Amino acid sequence: MAFLEIDGLRKRFGQVEILKGIDVELEKGGFLVLVGPSGCGKSTLLNTIAGLETITSGEIRVDGRTINDLHPSKRDIAMVFQSYALYPNMTVAGNISFGMEMRGVPAAERQKAIDKVAKVLQIGHLLQRKPSQLSGGQRQRVAMGRALVRDPKLFLFDEPLSNLDAKLRVDMRIEIKRLHATTGTTIVYVTHDQIEAMTLATKIAVMRDGEVQQFGTPAEIYNNPSNLFVADFMGSPAMNLIPATIGTNGNALSVVLQREAREPINLPMANAPAGLSAFQGKPIIFGVRPEALTDPEGAERNASNIATADCHIEVVEPAGSDTFAVTNLGGKGVVARLRADANIQPGSNTPLAFNLTKAVFFDPATETRIR
Amino acid sequence: MSAVTTPARQASGGVSVKTLNRIVIYGLLALFALFYLMPLFVMLVTSFKTMDEIQNGNMLALPKAPTFDPWLKAWGETCVGLTCAGIKGYFWNSIKMVVPAVLISTMLGALNGYVLTKWRFRGATLVFGLMLFACFIPFQSVLLPMATILGSLGRFGVTLQNSVGTSFGLGNPTVNLVFVHVVYGIGFTTLFFRNYYEAFPTELVKAAQVDGASFFQIFRRIMLPNSMPIFVVTVIYQFTNIWNDFLFASAYAGTGDAMPMTVALNNVVNTSTGVVEYNVNMAAAMIAALPTLLVYVLAGRYFVRGLMAGAVKG
Repeated sequence: MAFLEIDGLRKRFGQVEILKGIDVELEKGGFLVLVGPSGCGKSTLLNTIAGLETITSGEIRVDGRTINDLHPSKRDIAMVFQSYALYPNMTVAGNISFGMEMRGVPAAERQKAIDKVAKVLQIGHLLQRKPSQLSGGQRQRVAMGRALVRDPKLFLFDEPLSNLDAKLRVDMRIEIKRLHATTGTTIVYVTHDQIEAMTLATKIAVMRDGEVQQFGTPAEIYNNPSNLFVADFMGSPAMNLIPATIGTNGNALSVVLQREAREPINLPMANAPAGLSAFQGKPIIFGVRPEALTDPEGAERNASNIATADCHIEVVEPAGSDTFAVTNLGGKGVVARLRADANIQPGSNTPLAFNLTKAVFFDPATETRIR
Repeated sequence: MSAVTTPARQASGGVSVKTLNRIVIYGLLALFALFYLMPLFVMLVTSFKTMDEIQNGNMLALPKAPTFDPWLKAWGETCVGLTCAGIKGYFWNSIKMVVPAVLISTMLGALNGYVLTKWRFRGATLVFGLMLFACFIPFQSVLLPMATILGSLGRFGVTLQNSVGTSFGLGNPTVNLVFVHVVYGIGFTTLFFRNYYEAFPTELVKAAQVDGASFFQIFRRIMLPNSMPIFVVTVIYQFTNIWNDFLFASAYAGTGDAMPMTVALNNVVNTSTGVVEYNVNMAAAMIAALPTLLVYVLAGRYFVRGLMAGAVKG
């Protein structure tokens, strides 16, 4: 039995259904990230777990106990809010111990707990300050301290890093990951940033319009997207999704990509997914991640199915660690990721290696994966 | 852009036009300020003059021999109606009426604002709309219905007095006025607090809920301590309005011992016996105006304090 179980959760505001039957579960000590574009219902889902929103139907269980109708304070959870939500009239110590004060914990015990958390988060020198005297990163730490001090069964994070600047965000991301590793707590984390999702999660639920599009480990989500939305949403730069048709090349199937003012590229598929044969002569969406489309020297040596084709390079973007080249295939800009020192000129025709082992195919009509 | 256009404008002789504009603007402002302050100035200087000087001198002239006697007389000796014990008793009447009325109406407004924004219920907008409507009902139109209600409350008070032994203040003119001002003030105080709490981060309330705080604990520990600016605004507004009210005061406590300051001042000025003591009248009027000024001076500095700084965001 999983530690956190959500069964058939539905949430309705009047006529509008915000959550349309969510089924998710998480093992003890796991890190579940709810990711999706704004308005997909991920924050609402988190609020229903916290008890800040009621649910219309379904069940939420933590450690075998149904918590659907319990008051937020009785659910044994702690929450870190997007805006930190520190009480401005209290000191850092007051903020951290407010929950204990409400539960009637004696002052001496409260002090002990505060000191312990302050040590873990290295905020001991800030305890007597007011939130207005803290920097963004310090406020973030205090907000986490307020959650940590409760020692709850479940931690809920609602986009905790979205108010920090880029560098601090990376630091705090690592800190959260370290905290999770050392304390072994169970965490549910909401974000719209797919990099946070990939780096932090043990399980990811990609959401759209109140439905879970795919639920799995980060590797599953990244390498095996179940539909076009997940493929497009996860990964940066995003996966190239190229309109193509399925043709034949000898006995094997092949992917035919249209090019501007030149004959189409015909990529032979050595081990095409079984479902693809039904699409012969029909349009499909050909998905290939930028790192699977590279210069022939930089291509993976042991990949079993690599096809090379000449492409017209329109734009070159040196990014330091890599060089990104943009070409045009099937009427869309397609990004290839090359080695940093790749010698490539905009306007030239350069051979690019397609790693077809990593390629995925989608039905343009249903947007589902062709397997 | 501005860096480019400013020198160009100066070069075309714009400086003199700009200066002229300034002169006109400040000249007008000074004129209006003068108009506005003139009556206060006359009141102030007159209250320090002797009657001889008033009768023979210029109204705008400064007092030749400043004297505190008119103030002392206004405070302790002047005649209000038929009793000649000064206005001090009525001053305290007003204080006894204003302080509870201001505090009760402000606290109720804060509670209303808290519920209307953080514990929204079906029809909350309608309720707020109706309360707003209450702000625009003219005082005169509620005079008679309110008199009827106060009469009923008074009779209920007598019944209580006879059966329980205490009327709980029902029927007492001061209590009546507090009641009227609280009822009439709730619309405004709710409006103030609702608009303030509308912008108050709801996540603080949610965090407090997760921390296990109850409805009133959240109100007392989270909302109220962070409401100082609007609290001060509301107190100043309510204090000024209730202290200066004449209509309700004269209608429901126009005679007798509970008469508030404003009615008493009117009776001082309207006394028909003997010479009209302008200096005493002016001093009494100044005394009547002082508390509202004092409240503003004491509380005004909280207006500008940004107490919410640091609550949310980085």
